[in-house]
Amino acid sequence: MIILLAAMLTDNFVLSKFMGICPFLGVSKKLDSATGMGLAVTFVMICATLVTYPIHHGILVPNELEYLDTVVFIMVIALFVQLVETMLKKCIPSLYSSLGVYLPLITTNCAVLGVTVLNIDNGYSFVQSIVNALGGGLGFMLSLVIFSGVRKKMEYADIPETFKGVPATLIAASIVSVSFMGFSGLFN
Amino acid sequence: MADKKMSLGHELTKGIIKENPTLVMLLGMCPTLAVTTQAKNGIGMGLATTFVLLGSNIVTSALRKVIPDKVRIPSFIVIIASFVTLIGFLLEGFVPDLYDSLGIYLTLITVNCIIFGRAEMFASKNGVVASACDAIGMGIGFTLALFLMGSVREIIGAGQWMGMDIPVIHDNPMLLFIMPAGGFFTLGVIIAAVNKLSNKKPPQELGCSGCPHAETCGKAGDCQ
Repeated sequence: MIILLAAMLTDNFVLSKFMGICPFLGVSKKLDSATGMGLAVTFVMICATLVTYPIHHGILVPNELEYLDTVVFIMVIALFVQLVETMLKKCIPSLYSSLGVYLPLITTNCAVLGVTVLNIDNGYSFVQSIVNALGGGLGFMLSLVIFSGVRKKMEYADIPETFKGVPATLIAASIVSVSFMGFSGLFN
Repeated sequence: MADKKMSLGHELTKGIIKENPTLVMLLGMCPTLAVTTQAKNGIGMGLATTFVLLGSNIVTSALRKVIPDKVRIPSFIVIIASFVTLIGFLLEGFVPDLYDSLGIYLTLITVNCIIFGRAEMFASKNGVVASACDAIGMGIGFTLALFLMGSVREIIGAGQWMGMDIPVIHDNPMLLFIMPAGGFFTLGVIIAAVNKLSNKKPPQELGCSGCPHAETCGKAGDCQ
């Protein structure tokens, strides 16, 4: 439980670990696409953890191949994203039409690789890893949804010419990040 | 011959200012924000990325006729991940301090969009020498941007620069600047300054042209 809340709030992937900034800035313009992306990331994070954890502890550690983590994990994630996409297309077309477009983007989302590597680095157990992935994904979605609201307001704001576009977005992100700092110290 | 030299020089220098990967093309934001709490870390991250970029660009461009188009993205990822593992070993062996302070972000070089974007946009279409020049130029541009970010944040946030104390600020540092919020703020202000100096219309959208998924993303209606 503590891991879940900590991953969601205090160690929020986007706002305090800076993972997945590209989708955070790119897909947070509209509320529904932010929710879709958030759901897709949460889903892939949990599935990737389910697959990479046994691989690390079952195959790589006994053979003393831990240094291959990066290569193996990224391959697993890439394969997995492809697999999920194909399966959704065949089995649940309605879900595919809402999430499908975000799936290919997730392969290069550092939050997904980040969460699998962090689970190993922190020495979490299997259940803890899954909870951490769930919290990370929900936290990602939370910050995307909050930020899409902020951006909607920003469209009507009168911003100086030089700051228009990306700089203003980044400064807004900074203010949202300050509000998340309020959660720090909630858990030890 | 002179013509060819000129264009190689162009590949080398364009990454530093005109097409600076971080400040103009807005690629590779995650490491830019995460490791720049100190100028030293910024340089370390920049050099590590340059190394990976150089290696992956050379290999990708050498193999560009062998790799079938359909599996090019997984192939690029494997090439990049191999070089990341390599630099991880080198840093752990020779500069353990830096290895510790970069931590997980070293692994995350694998998914840095600069490297992926350059492999897709440049190395898969150009010769080995041109790709190597492109990689060095982009790497230097990235390192400079990270150094700049790191310096600003370290001076204001900790009152130090490269380990030296700076009078006055050192007594009352603004801690906020080395926290995540300060990272977003500093990058926003630096990009605004670059816009002002280069005196052109600011980019309204993120660097979608550099994104290997621009096509798919366009379908989501967020990226033009």
